[in-house]
Amino acid sequence: MFRGSRERSSADDHVAYGGLASAESRRNLLLPTLHEVQSSVGWVSHGALNYISERLSVSPAEAYGVATFYDLIATEPRPERVAHVCDDIGCLAAGAGSMLDDLRDRLGEPDEFGGSIAWTRSPCLGQCEKGSAAFIQVAGGDDVVVAPATAEQVIEILHAEKPQPSVSPSPIRQDTRLLGRTTLSLSHHESHGGLEALRKALTMLPGDVVDEVTASGLRGRGGAAFPAGIKWRAVGAEAGPKYVVCNADESEPGTFKDRVLMEEDPYRLIEATTIAGYAVGADKGYIYIRGEYPGALRRLSDAIEEVRDRGYLGGNIAGSDFSFDIEIRRGAGAYICGEETALFNSIEGFRGEPRQKPPFPTQAGLFGRPTLVNNVESLMNIPAIVLEGGAAFASIGTEESTGSKLFCVSGNVLGPGVYEAPFGVSTRDVIDMAGGVDGDLQAVLVGGAAGSFVAGDQLDVPLTFEDASAAGISVGSGVVMVFNTEVDMAPIVSRIATFFRHESCGLCVPCRVGTVRQEESLIRLRTAEDRDEELALLADLDVVMRDSSICGLGQLATVAVQSAITIGLIGAKS
Amino acid sequence: MIEQRIADPVATVTVTIDGAPVTMPETATLLEASRAAGADVPTLCYLETLTPFNSCRLCVVEVAGSRTLVPSCSRMVEEGMEVQTDSDRVQHTRRMVYELLDSTVDLSLVDDETTRQMERYGVRTNRFGDGYRRTEAVKIEDDLYVRDYEKCIMCYRCVAACGPDAQNTFAIDVAGRGLTSTIATEYDITLPDSACVYCGNCVGVCPTGALMFTSEYRMRESGDWDEDRQTVTTTICTFCGVGCNLELHVQDNRIVKVTSPMDHEVTSGHLCIKGRFGYAHIQSESP
Ligand SMILES: Cc1cc2nc3c(=O)[nH]c(=O)nc-3n(C[C@H](O)[C@H](O)[C@H](O)COP(=O)(O)O)c2cc1C
Ligand code: SF4
Ligand code: SF4
Ligand code: SF4
Ligand code: FES
Repeated sequence: MFRGSRERSSADDHVAYGGLASAESRRNLLLPTLHEVQSSVGWVSHGALNYISERLSVSPAEAYGVATFYDLIATEPRPERVAHVCDDIGCLAAGAGSMLDDLRDRLGEPDEFGGSIAWTRSPCLGQCEKGSAAFIQVAGGDDVVVAPATAEQVIEILHAEKPQPSVSPSPIRQDTRLLGRTTLSLSHHESHGGLEALRKALTMLPGDVVDEVTASGLRGRGGAAFPAGIKWRAVGAEAGPKYVVCNADESEPGTFKDRVLMEEDPYRLIEATTIAGYAVGADKGYIYIRGEYPGALRRLSDAIEEVRDRGYLGGNIAGSDFSFDIEIRRGAGAYICGEETALFNSIEGFRGEPRQKPPFPTQAGLFGRPTLVNNVESLMNIPAIVLEGGAAFASIGTEESTGSKLFCVSGNVLGPGVYEAPFGVSTRDVIDMAGGVDGDLQAVLVGGAAGSFVAGDQLDVPLTFEDASAAGISVGSGVVMVFNTEVDMAPIVSRIATFFRHESCGLCVPCRVGTVRQEESLIRLRTAEDRDEELALLADLDVVMRDSSICGLGQLATVAVQSAITIGLIGAKS
Repeated sequence: MIEQRIADPVATVTVTIDGAPVTMPETATLLEASRAAGADVPTLCYLETLTPFNSCRLCVVEVAGSRTLVPSCSRMVEEGMEVQTDSDRVQHTRRMVYELLDSTVDLSLVDDETTRQMERYGVRTNRFGDGYRRTEAVKIEDDLYVRDYEKCIMCYRCVAACGPDAQNTFAIDVAGRGLTSTIATEYDITLPDSACVYCGNCVGVCPTGALMFTSEYRMRESGDWDEDRQTVTTTICTFCGVGCNLELHVQDNRIVKVTSPMDHEVTSGHLCIKGRFGYAHIQSESP
């Protein structure tokens, strides 16, 4: 009797969207096309949007809904050069506040887009080890990153005839399983044993490759720590067409390991993604890379072409029956698009809002098809697992957390950077690897903005999935951000709340409204007469957001704040 | 020869709702199961005729083994599920969601059911100081309907009705992100300039009065709107042969609003501009 609801069939979608086939072949071009217009003229006008809508068979209202979802797409006139300057916790702790003041003195207030240049504040740009960073959108040219950045440099680039990136190389002080192997070309990659794993995999049965991954005990490095083997098997068992998606959207504040991996060793990621495609029987792979990573994007796209030219991507890879190709999709400034189902919507040309699970991606993911999603670091482990066998991998680390983990160390440490260690090391060990604290230790943010502040004995908890979760903390994406006693923590904790309010997609009430109420309450808490009332409010928000938000963003948006209260960084009676 | 299609028998599953077993077809939702078991579960963004958007989270229930609460409006029943429809956690979410919504938008025109549920959960107003509130001027762009987004709870119903669930016109969508997102046409152009075909189906599904027929809006403004003085007459639209049922809401012998029953075979509550707004000639006073 009722229409709509669950009774909507694919035939109805066919009518609604001009055929599912065209939804797949054209609508998914929406974000790349918006990027194109944005990067040629600096903003997307009404006329441009109408033209895009017509060509892609998307209604203008929907295309507008998509365009306005992303920080890097402007629907109002903007100057040709806009600097997005990081004012997030990593850079704040490292002292970037004075650089922001300097910029304001010399360029005026942020977000004034009337002039010929402009600047705006940005959430974490994934350059935390540099201590300050700017991402500059350049209409009619290539976007550039400056890190570390001074106000002087940013202004220079905003005026330069041909802006050039200025990024100090990430300090990599070790040769480890995942790091220290800077590959300059495909042949260089091969001289390090590259492509051997892919060739070996192609001689194996796909199911046997999956078995090795299962035996390795590899768990996802994107934050959720889900066993990779279970996902690979589930996707492998489904009927095609299927997809592999590499999640390279890395936007968790304090996280920069995936950027380093892609900049250092893009060939290995391509090889790993192809092996994943073979193992689960996928037709195509997508790498969804963060929009603020122009350097990694260039490295990866050049590498993909080189690999394709050599016959390791495309039809009949290395003379086998297996055909597979990889397409890069660029994010556009939305943390939520790192959530796997939001990422699918983003690729498909819809607003990057998460989907209610179930169904899970392994059943219905990208374009409604079974999809394997893995993080960059997770995939980078695959070639070694294929070559050395899953058991060898499982012998590293602990029983439940196998292999090694990359830690993104930033803030007040002497040697900020990416460090790799077998699972089992504690937060304190990781800080020691990075040369120790710069100053006296106050607290450490472990796991990112969605992680928690730790201090005291908790610093000795091994950062394995099992020990961390028993101690009520989370390894997350491997963030270890150090704060010394000079840092005023109230603004840091507030900045985390601001981050979540800014990045909430807005779909569900607990997160859309809860994030702003948390942000407001934290500001009141600094001066409140009645702290207990604010703390009770924050606790009430914590419960509803954890219990009832649709996705991990809302569910975890209170964790760092609550941990800061628990260990007395904020909210204590003064 | 007469062909007769016999529907496949639908398998059933048994779930436990608040301790009592309930057997439902496997295509049922937890909401349907809960209500079949007599549980009083509030909803706000959900409407039987639309695809669930899961946005309000009022219908959440506690399912044994699930870390988070589960939106019952969209979650299918599974064999053996143990469900609590009004546990402490559930009550907390419902009260907080109402409080969060009430603190941001004007809920003065929500339906009686929502008012009853807000009382049931002891909703306290004004818990959040004078923080963010949605402020936007009422959009009056034509004589057919007005948009007052200060009342909008972002339930997405209108977007679904204008889009793939009913009208397939896609004149409006959510624009922006997060807290400040709104329902909008492209570049916020006026409705007459947009793709809108004035079917009024968005108005028909809006639960908050954010979308309202201009006739009703004007009468409310002048204080003349009085539902106690209204009668509803069901008839069939005379404009074409489809056979849509119309409900004519009449006050003081004038039609003040036209709706269609949600459970009507032909319309599912949706109409076109003619049935919805084409009644001026009936009450024309010129000879
Ligand atoms: C708000 C949010 C943001 C996320 N961002 C990322 C991200 O940037 N990169 C990533 O790999 N996973 C991210 N995830 C986790 C993904 O949803 C998903 O679990 C992961 O990509 C799976 O890969 P893995 O199993 O290899 O970790 C995010 C999750 C949430 C809830
Ligand atoms: S939890 Fe936040 S980010 Fe996730 S769906 Fe809800 S509003 Fe969007
Ligand atoms: S009146 Fe009809 S076409 Fe216009 S916005 Fe509402 S649902 Fe869409
Ligand atoms: S206008 Fe009405 S139907 Fe549309 S989202 Fe707002 S409250 Fe829901
Ligand atoms: S009624 Fe289920 S989420 Fe709103």
